[in-house]
Amino acid sequence: MPRITFIEHDGTEHTVDADTGATVMEAALRNGISSIVAECGGGCTCATCLVHVDDAWSAAVGPPSAEEEEMLDSAFEVKPTSRLSCQIKVTESLDGLVVRTPSYQGR
Amino acid sequence: MSDPIKTDVLIIGAGPVGLFAVFQLGLLDIKAHLVDILDKVGGQCAELYPEKPIYDIPAVPLITGQGLSDALMQQIKPFNPTFHLGEMVTTIENIGDPLFRVTTDRGKVFEANAVVIAAGGGSFQPKRPPINGIEPYENTSVFYAVRKMETFRDKKLLIVGGGDSALDWTLNLQPIAKRLTLLHRRDDFRGAPDSVNKMRALVAAGAMDLRIGQVTELEGADGQLTGATIKGGDGALTRVETDAMLPFFGLTMKLGPVADWGFELKDELIPVDVSTFETSRPGLFAIGDINTYPGKLKLILSGFHEAALMAQKAHHYVHPSKRLVFQYTTSSTSLQKKLGVS
Repeated sequence: MPRITFIEHDGTEHTVDADTGATVMEAALRNGISSIVAECGGGCTCATCLVHVDDAWSAAVGPPSAEEEEMLDSAFEVKPTSRLSCQIKVTESLDGLVVRTPSYQGR
Repeated sequence: MSDPIKTDVLIIGAGPVGLFAVFQLGLLDIKAHLVDILDKVGGQCAELYPEKPIYDIPAVPLITGQGLSDALMQQIKPFNPTFHLGEMVTTIENIGDPLFRVTTDRGKVFEANAVVIAAGGGSFQPKRPPINGIEPYENTSVFYAVRKMETFRDKKLLIVGGGDSALDWTLNLQPIAKRLTLLHRRDDFRGAPDSVNKMRALVAAGAMDLRIGQVTELEGADGQLTGATIKGGDGALTRVETDAMLPFFGLTMKLGPVADWGFELKDELIPVDVSTFETSRPGLFAIGDINTYPGKLKLILSGFHEAALMAQKAHHYVHPSKRLVFQYTTSSTSLQKKLGVS
Protein backbone atom coordinates (compact mmCIF):
# COMPACT_ATOMS: atom_id res chain seq x y z
CA MET A 1 0.00 0.00 0.00
CA PRO A 2 1.52 3.36 -1.01
CA ARG A 3 2.46 5.72 1.79
CA ILE A 4 1.98 9.47 1.49
CA THR A 5 3.48 12.12 3.73
CA PHE A 6 1.61 15.36 4.30
CA ILE A 7 3.67 18.19 5.78
CA GLU A 8 1.51 20.89 7.27
CA HIS A 9 2.35 24.58 7.19
CA ASP A 10 3.73 24.44 10.73
CA GLY A 11 5.98 21.50 9.87
CA THR A 12 3.83 18.75 11.38
CA GLU A 13 4.25 15.57 9.37
CA HIS A 14 1.67 12.83 8.85
CA THR A 15 2.54 9.68 6.95
CA VAL A 16 -0.54 7.71 5.96
CA ASP A 17 -1.47 4.61 3.98
CA ALA A 18 -3.36 5.32 0.78
CA ASP A 19 -5.40 2.99 -1.39
CA THR A 20 -4.28 2.77 -4.99
CA GLY A 21 -6.98 4.19 -7.24
CA ALA A 22 -8.18 6.58 -4.54
CA THR A 23 -7.11 10.21 -4.58
CA VAL A 24 -4.56 11.95 -2.39
CA MET A 25 -7.45 14.07 -1.07
CA GLU A 26 -9.35 10.95 0.02
CA ALA A 27 -6.25 9.66 1.80
CA ALA A 28 -6.03 12.99 3.65
CA LEU A 29 -9.68 13.02 4.72
CA ARG A 30 -9.65 9.38 5.85
CA ASN A 31 -6.72 10.19 8.07
CA GLY A 32 -8.10 13.38 9.52
CA ILE A 33 -5.68 15.82 7.91
CA SER A 34 -7.63 18.98 8.53
CA SER A 35 -5.59 21.28 6.31
CA ILE A 36 -7.30 19.56 3.38
CA VAL A 37 -10.82 20.99 3.38
CA ALA A 38 -12.24 19.45 0.18
CA GLU A 39 -15.46 21.40 0.34
CA CYS A 40 -16.84 19.99 -2.93
CA GLY A 41 -15.90 16.43 -2.02
CA GLY A 42 -13.53 15.86 -4.91
CA GLY A 43 -15.32 17.46 -7.83
CA CYS A 44 -12.52 19.82 -8.87
CA THR A 45 -14.87 22.74 -8.27
CA CYS A 46 -13.75 24.41 -5.04
CA ALA A 47 -9.93 24.54 -4.86
CA THR A 48 -9.85 23.84 -1.11
CA CYS A 49 -7.65 20.71 -1.26
CA LEU A 50 -4.51 22.45 -2.56
CA VAL A 51 -1.15 20.81 -1.99
CA HIS A 52 2.35 21.79 -3.02
CA VAL A 53 4.02 18.66 -4.35
CA ASP A 54 7.59 18.16 -3.14
CA ASP A 55 10.05 19.07 -5.90
CA ALA A 56 11.44 15.53 -5.97
CA TRP A 57 7.96 14.17 -6.72
CA SER A 58 6.69 16.83 -9.08
CA ALA A 59 7.64 14.98 -12.27
CA ALA A 60 6.13 11.69 -11.06
CA VAL A 61 2.85 13.38 -10.11
CA GLY A 62 2.70 15.33 -13.36
CA PRO A 63 1.03 18.59 -14.29
CA PRO A 64 -2.63 19.55 -13.70
CA SER A 65 -5.23 19.08 -16.41
CA ALA A 66 -6.65 22.17 -18.11
CA GLU A 67 -9.77 21.94 -15.93
CA GLU A 68 -7.66 21.71 -12.77
CA GLU A 69 -5.41 24.56 -13.91
CA GLU A 70 -8.50 26.75 -14.22
CA MET A 71 -9.64 25.77 -10.74
CA LEU A 72 -6.19 26.65 -9.36
CA ASP A 73 -7.13 30.25 -10.21
CA SER A 74 -9.42 30.10 -7.17
CA ALA A 75 -6.65 28.96 -4.84
CA PHE A 76 -4.05 31.13 -3.12
CA GLU A 77 -0.25 31.17 -3.20
CA VAL A 78 -0.22 28.82 -6.15
CA LYS A 79 3.24 27.59 -7.16
CA PRO A 80 4.42 25.72 -10.26
CA THR A 81 4.26 22.46 -8.26
CA SER A 82 0.80 23.12 -6.80
CA ARG A 83 -1.97 20.61 -7.44
CA LEU A 84 -5.48 19.93 -6.22
CA SER A 85 -5.14 16.72 -4.22
CA CYS A 86 -8.53 15.43 -5.41
CA GLN A 87 -7.07 15.23 -8.90
CA ILE A 88 -4.01 13.14 -7.97
CA LYS A 89 -4.73 9.41 -8.21
CA VAL A 90 -2.66 7.22 -5.93
CA THR A 91 -0.57 4.61 -7.76
CA GLU A 92 2.16 2.23 -6.61
CA SER A 93 4.70 4.50 -8.26
CA LEU A 94 3.70 7.31 -5.88
CA ASP A 95 4.69 5.26 -2.82
CA GLY A 96 6.63 7.71 -0.62
CA LEU A 97 5.00 10.84 -2.09
CA VAL A 98 5.56 14.03 -0.10
CA VAL A 99 3.17 16.98 -0.34
CA ARG A 100 2.91 20.20 1.66
CA THR A 101 -0.41 21.68 2.68
CA PRO A 102 -1.02 25.45 2.85
CA SER A 103 -1.98 27.34 5.99
CA TYR A 104 -5.23 28.50 4.40
CA GLN A 105 -7.53 26.88 1.85
CA GLY A 106 -9.77 29.90 1.36
CA ARG A 107 -11.84 29.38 4.47
CA MET B 1 -37.20 49.36 6.04
CA SER B 2 -39.76 48.07 3.54
CA ASP B 3 -43.21 46.62 4.38
CA PRO B 4 -42.91 43.04 5.56
CA ILE B 5 -43.63 40.26 3.07
CA LYS B 6 -46.11 37.92 4.74
CA THR B 7 -45.80 34.21 4.14
CA ASP B 8 -46.80 31.00 5.90
CA VAL B 9 -43.26 29.68 5.94
CA LEU B 10 -39.92 31.22 5.09
CA ILE B 11 -37.29 28.76 3.90
CA ILE B 12 -33.66 29.79 4.24
CA GLY B 13 -31.70 28.06 1.50
CA ALA B 14 -32.86 26.99 -1.96
CA GLY B 15 -30.75 23.86 -2.25
CA PRO B 16 -32.33 20.46 -2.93
CA VAL B 17 -33.70 20.11 0.58
CA GLY B 18 -35.14 23.64 0.69
CA LEU B 19 -36.76 23.03 -2.69
CA PHE B 20 -38.29 19.72 -1.64
CA ALA B 21 -39.61 21.38 1.52
CA VAL B 22 -41.76 23.56 -0.78
CA PHE B 23 -43.35 20.36 -2.11
CA GLN B 24 -44.06 18.82 1.27
CA LEU B 25 -45.42 22.09 2.65
CA GLY B 26 -47.45 22.71 -0.50
CA LEU B 27 -49.28 19.40 -0.13
CA LEU B 28 -50.41 20.67 3.28
CA ASP B 29 -51.61 24.03 1.87
CA ILE B 30 -48.64 25.92 3.23
CA LYS B 31 -47.15 28.66 1.07
CA ALA B 32 -43.45 29.38 1.10
CA HIS B 33 -40.92 32.03 0.19
CA LEU B 34 -37.26 31.07 -0.15
CA VAL B 35 -34.13 33.16 0.38
CA ASP B 36 -30.72 32.10 -0.92
CA ILE B 37 -27.40 33.91 -0.98
CA LEU B 38 -26.54 32.44 -4.39
CA ASP B 39 -27.97 34.03 -7.52
CA LYS B 40 -29.43 30.68 -8.56
CA VAL B 41 -31.37 27.81 -6.98
CA GLY B 42 -29.83 24.38 -6.31
CA GLY B 43 -27.37 25.21 -3.53
CA GLN B 44 -24.22 23.07 -3.53
CA CYS B 45 -25.68 20.91 -6.34
CA ALA B 46 -25.71 23.92 -8.65
CA GLU B 47 -22.66 25.74 -7.31
CA LEU B 48 -20.19 22.95 -6.58
CA TYR B 49 -21.11 20.00 -8.76
CA PRO B 50 -23.63 20.88 -11.50
CA GLU B 51 -22.04 18.40 -13.92
CA LYS B 52 -21.16 15.67 -11.44
CA PRO B 53 -23.31 12.56 -11.25
CA ILE B 54 -25.17 11.71 -8.03
CA TYR B 55 -25.86 7.98 -7.59
CA ASP B 56 -27.75 7.78 -4.30
CA ILE B 57 -31.10 9.43 -4.92
CA PRO B 58 -33.75 6.70 -4.39
CA ALA B 59 -35.13 5.34 -7.68
CA VAL B 60 -32.87 7.67 -9.68
CA PRO B 61 -29.77 5.64 -10.58
CA LEU B 62 -27.91 8.66 -11.93
CA ILE B 63 -28.60 12.38 -12.02
CA THR B 64 -26.31 15.41 -12.14
CA GLY B 65 -26.40 18.16 -9.55
CA GLN B 66 -28.01 20.52 -12.03
CA GLY B 67 -30.38 17.78 -13.19
CA LEU B 68 -31.58 17.21 -9.63
CA SER B 69 -32.09 20.91 -9.09
CA ASP B 70 -34.03 21.23 -12.38
CA ALA B 71 -36.20 18.21 -11.57
CA LEU B 72 -37.06 19.60 -8.13
CA MET B 73 -38.01 22.95 -9.67
CA GLN B 74 -40.37 21.09 -11.98
CA GLN B 75 -41.80 19.09 -9.09
CA ILE B 76 -42.57 22.17 -6.96
CA LYS B 77 -43.95 24.28 -9.80
CA PRO B 78 -47.61 23.68 -8.83
CA PHE B 79 -46.94 25.39 -5.50
CA ASN B 80 -45.56 28.55 -7.07
CA PRO B 81 -42.95 29.47 -4.46
CA THR B 82 -41.36 32.92 -4.47
CA PHE B 83 -37.57 33.11 -4.60
CA HIS B 84 -35.39 35.87 -3.20
CA LEU B 85 -31.96 35.12 -4.66
CA GLY B 86 -28.67 36.87 -3.98
CA GLU B 87 -29.78 37.72 -0.44
CA MET B 88 -28.64 36.49 2.92
CA VAL B 89 -30.89 36.21 5.96
CA THR B 90 -29.24 38.07 8.79
CA THR B 91 -31.73 38.04 11.68
CA ILE B 92 -34.68 35.94 12.88
CA GLU B 93 -36.72 37.55 15.62
CA ASN B 94 -39.68 36.10 17.52
CA ILE B 95 -42.62 38.53 17.42
CA GLY B 96 -45.51 36.15 18.18
CA ASP B 97 -46.38 32.69 19.39
CA PRO B 98 -44.85 31.68 17.09
CA LEU B 99 -44.47 34.41 14.50
CA PHE B 100 -41.13 35.46 13.13
CA ARG B 101 -39.71 38.61 11.63
CA VAL B 102 -36.84 37.77 9.33
CA THR B 103 -34.55 40.31 7.69
CA THR B 104 -32.02 40.03 4.88
CA ASP B 105 -28.80 41.88 4.13
CA ARG B 106 -30.66 43.70 1.36
CA GLY B 107 -33.13 45.14 3.84
CA LYS B 108 -36.04 42.86 2.96
CA VAL B 109 -38.35 41.92 5.84
CA PHE B 110 -40.54 38.82 6.09
CA GLU B 111 -43.18 37.78 8.56
CA ALA B 112 -43.70 34.04 8.76
CA ASN B 113 -45.52 31.61 11.05
CA ALA B 114 -42.63 29.21 10.79
CA VAL B 115 -39.06 29.38 9.51
CA VAL B 116 -37.19 26.47 7.97
CA ILE B 117 -33.41 26.64 7.95
CA ALA B 118 -32.21 24.53 5.03
CA ALA B 119 -28.88 26.27 4.80
CA GLY B 120 -26.63 23.26 4.05
CA GLY B 121 -23.05 24.15 4.91
CA GLY B 122 -23.99 27.74 5.70
CA SER B 123 -23.72 30.51 3.16
CA PHE B 124 -21.52 30.75 0.11
CA GLN B 125 -19.32 33.77 0.59
CA PRO B 126 -16.37 35.18 -1.38
CA LYS B 127 -12.96 33.73 -0.58
CA ARG B 128 -10.71 36.19 1.21
CA PRO B 129 -7.13 36.28 -0.04
CA PRO B 130 -4.57 35.43 2.66
CA ILE B 131 -2.85 38.80 2.61
CA ASN B 132 -1.55 40.05 5.95
CA GLY B 133 -3.48 43.04 7.21
CA ILE B 134 -6.28 42.89 4.62
CA GLU B 135 -9.12 43.11 7.19
CA PRO B 136 -8.98 46.86 7.92
CA TYR B 137 -9.42 47.59 4.22
CA GLU B 138 -12.42 45.32 3.67
CA ASN B 139 -15.52 47.23 2.57
CA THR B 140 -13.63 50.52 2.45
CA SER B 141 -10.90 49.73 -0.08
CA VAL B 142 -11.18 45.98 -0.63
CA PHE B 143 -14.46 44.76 -2.10
CA TYR B 144 -15.61 41.22 -2.90
CA ALA B 145 -18.63 42.40 -4.87
CA VAL B 146 -19.68 45.53 -6.71
CA ARG B 147 -22.89 46.95 -5.30
CA LYS B 148 -22.62 50.43 -6.83
CA MET B 149 -20.35 51.10 -9.79
CA GLU B 150 -20.19 54.80 -8.91
CA THR B 151 -18.07 53.90 -5.87
CA PHE B 152 -15.25 53.27 -8.31
CA ARG B 153 -15.48 56.33 -10.55
CA ASP B 154 -12.11 58.08 -11.05
CA LYS B 155 -10.36 55.55 -8.82
CA LYS B 156 -7.22 53.56 -9.45
CA LEU B 157 -8.50 49.98 -9.37
CA LEU B 158 -6.80 46.63 -8.95
CA ILE B 159 -8.97 43.69 -9.99
CA VAL B 160 -7.60 40.25 -9.14
CA GLY B 161 -8.69 36.97 -10.74
CA GLY B 162 -9.04 35.18 -14.06
CA GLY B 163 -12.68 34.15 -14.28
CA ASP B 164 -15.83 35.80 -15.53
CA SER B 165 -16.38 37.95 -12.42
CA ALA B 166 -12.91 39.49 -12.73
CA LEU B 167 -13.27 40.00 -16.48
CA ASP B 168 -16.84 41.32 -16.38
CA TRP B 169 -15.98 43.89 -13.75
CA THR B 170 -12.81 44.82 -15.60
CA LEU B 171 -14.86 45.60 -18.70
CA ASN B 172 -17.62 47.38 -16.77
CA LEU B 173 -15.38 49.49 -14.57
CA GLN B 174 -12.58 50.31 -17.02
CA PRO B 175 -14.54 53.18 -18.66
CA ILE B 176 -15.18 54.97 -15.35
CA ALA B 177 -11.97 54.14 -13.47
CA LYS B 178 -9.03 56.52 -13.48
CA ARG B 179 -6.79 53.56 -14.23
CA LEU B 180 -7.52 49.87 -14.03
CA THR B 181 -5.06 47.04 -13.50
CA LEU B 182 -6.12 43.43 -13.89
CA LEU B 183 -3.90 40.97 -12.02
CA HIS B 184 -3.97 37.24 -12.60
CA ARG B 185 -1.59 34.46 -11.61
CA ARG B 186 -1.10 33.30 -15.23
CA ASP B 187 -1.49 34.79 -18.70
CA ASP B 188 -4.45 32.57 -19.51
CA PHE B 189 -8.06 33.34 -18.65
CA ARG B 190 -10.88 30.89 -18.10
CA GLY B 191 -13.58 33.54 -18.58
CA ALA B 192 -15.76 33.88 -21.69
CA PRO B 193 -13.52 34.18 -24.79
CA ASP B 194 -15.34 37.32 -25.91
CA SER B 195 -14.57 39.05 -22.60
CA VAL B 196 -10.94 37.93 -22.79
CA ASN B 197 -10.64 39.40 -26.30
CA LYS B 198 -12.19 42.70 -25.22
CA MET B 199 -9.84 42.90 -22.23
CA ARG B 200 -6.80 42.16 -24.39
CA ALA B 201 -7.86 44.84 -26.88
CA LEU B 202 -8.04 47.40 -24.06
CA VAL B 203 -4.57 46.38 -22.89
CA ALA B 204 -3.21 46.63 -26.46
CA ALA B 205 -4.75 50.10 -26.79
CA GLY B 206 -3.06 51.20 -23.56
CA ALA B 207 -6.43 51.80 -21.85
CA MET B 208 -5.70 49.43 -18.96
CA ASP B 209 -2.90 47.30 -17.53
CA LEU B 210 -2.61 43.55 -17.29
CA ARG B 211 -0.19 42.11 -14.75
CA ILE B 212 0.73 38.50 -14.11
CA GLY B 213 1.41 37.59 -10.51
CA GLN B 214 -0.08 37.56 -7.02
CA VAL B 215 -0.57 40.26 -4.40
CA THR B 216 1.75 39.80 -1.43
CA GLU B 217 1.34 43.02 0.53
CA LEU B 218 -1.00 45.98 0.87
CA GLU B 219 -0.15 49.53 1.85
CA GLY B 220 -2.29 52.37 3.07
CA ALA B 221 -3.76 53.73 6.27
CA ASP B 222 -7.09 54.08 8.04
CA GLY B 223 -8.81 51.64 5.72
CA GLN B 224 -7.68 53.53 2.64
CA LEU B 225 -5.48 51.57 0.28
CA THR B 226 -2.72 53.39 -1.59
CA GLY B 227 -0.76 50.56 -3.16
CA ALA B 228 -0.11 46.85 -3.44
CA THR B 229 3.01 44.77 -3.88
CA ILE B 230 2.82 42.20 -6.65
CA LYS B 231 5.05 39.17 -6.91
CA GLY B 232 5.48 38.32 -10.56
CA GLY B 233 5.79 34.86 -12.07
CA ASP B 234 9.58 35.34 -12.04
CA GLY B 235 9.52 36.14 -8.33
CA ALA B 236 10.27 39.86 -8.82
CA LEU B 237 8.40 42.27 -6.55
CA THR B 238 6.81 45.41 -8.01
CA ARG B 239 4.41 47.98 -6.66
CA VAL B 240 1.15 49.17 -8.16
CA GLU B 241 -0.72 52.28 -7.02
CA THR B 242 -4.32 51.57 -6.18
CA ASP B 243 -7.28 53.10 -4.35
CA ALA B 244 -9.35 49.95 -4.32
CA MET B 245 -8.83 46.22 -4.81
CA LEU B 246 -11.46 43.75 -5.98
CA PRO B 247 -10.39 40.10 -5.50
CA PHE B 248 -12.47 37.43 -7.27
CA PHE B 249 -11.38 33.96 -6.11
CA GLY B 250 -14.74 32.24 -6.12
CA LEU B 251 -16.91 31.24 -3.19
CA THR B 252 -16.52 29.16 -0.09
CA MET B 253 -19.03 27.91 2.47
CA LYS B 254 -19.11 29.75 5.76
CA LEU B 255 -21.51 29.19 8.62
CA GLY B 256 -22.40 32.89 8.50
CA PRO B 257 -25.25 34.40 10.54
CA VAL B 258 -26.62 30.98 11.64
CA ALA B 259 -24.18 31.29 14.54
CA ASP B 260 -26.10 34.34 15.80
CA TRP B 261 -29.60 32.86 15.78
CA GLY B 262 -29.68 31.74 19.37
CA PHE B 263 -29.05 28.02 19.01
CA GLU B 264 -26.59 26.06 21.02
CA LEU B 265 -24.68 24.75 18.03
CA LYS B 266 -22.90 21.41 18.06
CA ASP B 267 -19.86 21.42 15.76
CA GLU B 268 -21.43 24.32 13.83
CA LEU B 269 -24.65 22.33 13.33
CA ILE B 270 -28.14 22.94 14.73
CA PRO B 271 -29.48 20.20 17.04
CA VAL B 272 -33.07 19.20 16.25
CA ASP B 273 -35.86 16.95 17.54
CA VAL B 274 -35.89 13.89 15.29
CA SER B 275 -39.66 13.53 15.18
CA THR B 276 -40.29 17.07 13.88
CA PHE B 277 -36.89 18.55 12.96
CA GLU B 278 -37.79 21.51 15.09
CA THR B 279 -34.97 23.34 16.85
CA SER B 280 -34.92 24.53 20.46
CA ARG B 281 -36.90 27.57 19.27
CA PRO B 282 -40.54 26.51 18.62
CA GLY B 283 -41.61 27.21 15.04
CA LEU B 284 -38.01 27.25 13.84
CA PHE B 285 -36.96 24.13 11.97
CA ALA B 286 -33.62 22.95 10.60
CA ILE B 287 -33.40 20.35 7.82
CA GLY B 288 -30.65 18.97 5.61
CA ASP B 289 -26.91 19.28 6.14
CA ILE B 290 -27.22 22.16 8.64
CA ASN B 291 -28.85 20.03 11.37
CA THR B 292 -27.55 17.31 13.65
CA TYR B 293 -29.10 14.48 15.66
CA PRO B 294 -27.95 11.02 16.73
CA GLY B 295 -27.20 8.99 13.61
CA LYS B 296 -27.41 11.95 11.23
CA LEU B 297 -26.11 11.31 7.72
CA LYS B 298 -25.46 14.27 5.45
CA LEU B 299 -27.33 12.80 2.51
CA ILE B 300 -29.82 14.52 0.24
CA LEU B 301 -32.27 11.70 0.92
CA SER B 302 -32.07 12.37 4.67
CA GLY B 303 -32.94 16.00 3.97
CA PHE B 304 -35.95 14.94 1.92
CA HIS B 305 -37.24 12.79 4.78
CA GLU B 306 -36.66 15.60 7.24
CA ALA B 307 -38.62 18.00 5.01
CA ALA B 308 -41.65 15.69 5.07
CA LEU B 309 -41.70 15.39 8.86
CA MET B 310 -41.01 19.10 9.32
CA ALA B 311 -44.09 19.93 7.21
CA GLN B 312 -46.37 17.95 9.55
CA LYS B 313 -45.33 20.07 12.52
CA ALA B 314 -45.24 23.32 10.54
CA HIS B 315 -48.90 22.67 9.62
CA HIS B 316 -49.69 22.84 13.31
CA TYR B 317 -48.33 26.42 13.46
CA VAL B 318 -49.64 27.67 10.11
CA HIS B 319 -53.14 26.13 10.22
CA PRO B 320 -53.68 25.51 13.96
CA SER B 321 -57.41 24.94 13.68
CA LYS B 322 -57.24 22.53 10.72
CA ARG B 323 -57.05 18.80 11.29
CA LEU B 324 -54.24 17.17 9.37
CA VAL B 325 -55.21 13.97 7.54
CA PHE B 326 -52.40 11.90 6.14
CA GLN B 327 -52.90 11.27 2.41
CA TYR B 328 -51.08 9.75 -0.57
CA THR B 329 -50.54 11.53 -3.86
CA THR B 330 -51.40 8.29 -5.67
CA SER B 331 -54.95 8.16 -4.34
CA SER B 332 -56.00 11.50 -2.87
CA THR B 333 -57.99 13.70 -5.25
CA SER B 334 -57.41 16.65 -2.96
CA LEU B 335 -53.63 16.27 -3.24
CA GLN B 336 -53.91 15.67 -6.97
CA LYS B 337 -55.85 18.93 -7.33
CA LYS B 338 -53.04 20.78 -5.57
CA LEU B 339 -50.58 19.19 -7.97
CA GLY B 340 -52.75 20.20 -10.92
CA VAL B 341 -53.12 16.61 -12.16
CA SER B 342 -56.73 15.91 -11.20
